[in-house]
Amino acid sequence: MRDMMPGPVAAVADEAVYVSKTLSKFLSAVGALPAAVLVDLGPAIGSNISFLGERFGCKIHVGDVYADLDRHTREGTFDRFLEFLARRFSLSDGSVDAVLCWDIFDYLGSAAGDVLAAELMRLLRPGGQLLGFFGARASEEIRYTKYFIEDESHLRLRYGFYTGACRRRWALQSRDLDSLFHGLQLSDSILMTPRPARCCSASEPPQISIRLFQRDPAHRIGRLGGCGQRGRTPVSG
Amino acid sequence: MNEEWTHNGKGVVINEQRAGIGKSIVINGELSGGEDLTIEGTVEGKIELRDHVLTVGSNGRIKAEVAAKSFVVFGQVVGNLTATEKVDIKETGSVEGDITAPRLAIADGAHFRGSVEMPRVDKPREAQAAWNRDLSRGSSLNNDLVRV
Repeated sequence: MRDMMPGPVAAVADEAVYVSKTLSKFLSAVGALPAAVLVDLGPAIGSNISFLGERFGCKIHVGDVYADLDRHTREGTFDRFLEFLARRFSLSDGSVDAVLCWDIFDYLGSAAGDVLAAELMRLLRPGGQLLGFFGARASEEIRYTKYFIEDESHLRLRYGFYTGACRRRWALQSRDLDSLFHGLQLSDSILMTPRPARCCSASEPPQISIRLFQRDPAHRIGRLGGCGQRGRTPVSG
Repeated sequence: MNEEWTHNGKGVVINEQRAGIGKSIVINGELSGGEDLTIEGTVEGKIELRDHVLTVGSNGRIKAEVAAKSFVVFGQVVGNLTATEKVDIKETGSVEGDITAPRLAIADGAHFRGSVEMPRVDKPREAQAAWNRDLSRGSSLNNDLVRV
């Protein structure tokens, strides 16, 4: 069980607080449902789960794909990662109201990204929402970011927080994202800026865009049926 | 039994006896009771502690469906947890399963994989319904706590 855990936690992490109306929009949509079913692809963060569960009454499925990626990389079974991702979620088609992706797609290669995106689109009910975060800078040094929801419109990012085993962080361009989530409609795409007064960091806070997608009510997507082949746009750090 | 000497808040020291399962003990089957319990050993099956706190110590290993008032997890749990008050997964704790509880705390570094359903605290009937669902799955309500 413990081998599922991410790498060691940094002694001191840099932090920055970002304001986001897109987060607020996402949460409003989730809160409008009587008992939303939400999938969180990040590590279990108690305060986020409490916030979503207590404030919005969500049922939250925590599936830490970062840990899955790290485990397959560490164990040298990355060739089986796509197959694993395709069966990662046992939830039925269209059973999920919302997905919190955080920035997992920055760490997946093109093929794994396609498989995960197809799975998420399969899970989302028509009209369901997907919130994703995408970094602007590629990197060979992998240090993950943790996202803490402070309230309806503020996110605290603890970046460089723990070391990942995966090999690369990609910088996805708009056309990559359009291709990745081609079954979804883009509702919002905003570059988040940190609040200077609430940064506690030696390094520059990362530039991150936040995108809100909505499942097109008319688009039918099945398991592994929603993705096309594409390549990552090469962007250097 | 573990003995603990504590103050009762009025300057009086009292001796509290707390039930415990030692780390060399392995239990397969159903466990139920009417007092707080600390598990340092291994339990597989089903655990019911209505109105009481279950603590899974750092050596504790549980593979079971568990229902209690509250949980404190320092060790490892595989199985679904249903609490009427709170689940608290400490830094060393690991839970793989579905949690139903009105309140949840997960410490940094704790491992959790599964789903969380948090019945609103202003709707105690929902928590009670979760309890009842869990208990109705063929459990034996009249078993006493297995004492070791």
